Amino acid sequence: MTMWTAVLVAAIVCVGLKTVGYLIPARWVEAPTPLRIADLLTVALLAALVAVQTLAVGQAVVVDARVPAVLVAAGLLLLRAPFLVVVVAAALVAAMLRLWGWAA
Amino acid sequence: MTKVTLDPHFDDAHSAGEAKRAVRQGLGVALATSAYGISFGALAVAAGLDIWQTCVLSLVMFTGGSQFAFVGIVAAGGLAAAPSAIASAALLGVRNVAYGIRMSPVIGAGFWRRAAAAQFTIDESTAVSLAQRTARARTLGFWVTGIGIYVGWNLSTLAGALLGDVLGDPRAYGLDAAAAAAFLALLWPRLRARQPIVVGVAAAVVATVLTPVLMPGLPVIVAAVVAIVVGWTNWLGRSTATDAVEPDDVAEREGLP
Repeated sequence: MTMWTAVLVAAIVCVGLKTVGYLIPARWVEAPTPLRIADLLTVALLAALVAVQTLAVGQAVVVDARVPAVLVAAGLLLLRAPFLVVVVAAALVAAMLRLWGWAA
Repeated sequence: MTKVTLDPHFDDAHSAGEAKRAVRQGLGVALATSAYGISFGALAVAAGLDIWQTCVLSLVMFTGGSQFAFVGIVAAGGLAAAPSAIASAALLGVRNVAYGIRMSPVIGAGFWRRAAAAQFTIDESTAVSLAQRTARARTLGFWVTGIGIYVGWNLSTLAGALLGDVLGDPRAYGLDAAAAAAFLALLWPRLRARQPIVVGVAAAVVATVLTPVLMPGLPVIVAAVVAIVVGWTNWLGRSTATDAVEPDDVAEREGLP
């Protein structure tokens, strides 16, 4: 598979999912289980991505400059900081720790 | 249009004020959301996509969570992880099905109108629309937010991709930590009840424990099983159907894609 194939397949699948919602009969709206699963799927995937993006290097689990950076991000989110501030602050923390040689 | 008829005050003066409010909210959310297309563009290029591939993701896929997931997994596992990247993007896109179901009566009839609406159906456009109280304001809120973000998100993606291209080693700029923080910020507004918090913690643990034994990308997919099991059994959930559905103002307050 080339990167282009992957990009196009993923993009088309996502567009297809958006379209499906407009084709499904309205009475499905009353079914709570599919909606609940869709909602929790989002939570589980994002949480798993946070974990992997913070701790994984390939197949190894590593604690490095990303961990303090994500903790700072969590603190800012608690203070209701906007998305961009949170992301930029995390990048700065990791970049500074690496620049000063305090963390890998 | 059953939801709309709940509003008892449907006179013209009131309706014009509501419409103006919807447009203002939509533009505000569009501006805030578009700004961090820059981080997506930079991260995508750092993950190994070229500028055109990055732009195609924003132009065609156009759903932020899925886009970040796709490039995050490709960054970790390269092309070998592409099937996992596609699956993660698709699973994160499943919530757009639920949004489409709820937006369908607001959008109304007409093939082209519905086809266009499908592409603009994302967290923010759905949230802004459903937060309005009149039929006109709901329709306006959806289109202003959806089209506004589409234009802004694609422009900022291009800017971020060009920026990422000249930066060089992404780790020196903390871009790997930025990606983790982006996922956390997308997750944050959804952690308002016990059930999603438990699912989130469990999924994070499952993904971490499986990281050494599975190829990159797969731990995230397996962690999704937690959501299916808990969602199916409604373990720790509340009994009424409406509670399980995400609050209408999630994206509006937090500005997530």
